[in-house]
Amino acid sequence: MAKQDQTMEVQKQEETPADEMERTRSRRSFIPRTDIYETESEIIVLADVPGANEKAVDITLEKNVLSITAYVEPAIPSGFEIAYAEYEEGDYQRSFRLSDEIDQDKIKAVVSDGVLRLRLPKFQEAKTKKIAVKTK
Amino acid sequence: MYRRFQVPNIWQEMDQLQREMNRLYDTTSRGRVFTAPGYPAINIWTNEDGQLISAEMPGVHPNQIDIDVTGDALSISGERIPDEVVKDARYHRRERSYGSFSRTIQLPFMVDTSKVEANFKNGVLMISLPRAEADKPKKITVKSK
Repeated sequence: MAKQDQTMEVQKQEETPADEMERTRSRRSFIPRTDIYETESEIIVLADVPGANEKAVDITLEKNVLSITAYVEPAIPSGFEIAYAEYEEGDYQRSFRLSDEIDQDKIKAVVSDGVLRLRLPKFQEAKTKKIAVKTK
Repeated sequence: MYRRFQVPNIWQEMDQLQREMNRLYDTTSRGRVFTAPGYPAINIWTNEDGQLISAEMPGVHPNQIDIDVTGDALSISGERIPDEVVKDARYHRRERSYGSFSRTIQLPFMVDTSKVEANFKNGVLMISLPRAEADKPKKITVKSK
């Protein structure tokens, strides 16, 4: 049997509404666990949103603030009662402030197996230019 | 000497209050959530014919999940494989974890292993575990002469 990875997180962190923004949905909201990395040409965001399909994910980019919202319809099996719970179902919400260089028209988002994969390409012009330092 | 070992009355009152508050939280809060002892975290649903066990496993490919049922023990194991990352990538956030996992759950009944079903949808695993017929309670009618 494979060795248990001790770093695997099992507990979800509940989201606290920022900027005194109140939620109108009664469901709980969690912060999705996220990886963000940047390459020469793009920024890639991976977020865990188990239970959400591609139709239930909203992504907005406004004034450099990237907001991810994933709506999860609670799966309550009919004819069964909950006996024991280690996780709760709820929506996912998280926002990031990005740098100024994203080409909004070319953003791609894919949801598969409960993971949202976002590709945010940088403007070609905004790519870092190397400036050679001259010596006299 | 006697005085020194006497517990002040107020602390007894406080302890009592604490116990009462704890009991209140234990009994009134619906859907109390326990901390999972291992990955993945599971929810258990039950009725008289068996149980459903659901687990959130985002980013795990269904081919990478192994489910074993023997008697009254269910074991879920697998591996979460990371996406390939370009060599020069710079990380801004790294909160998701990868690696292999394994967890065994003891069930309160014997399972009809031929009828076990597992579904994986949107990163959520749902295992249906029907109770074995031989394990179900038998109703015995009382005869009168």
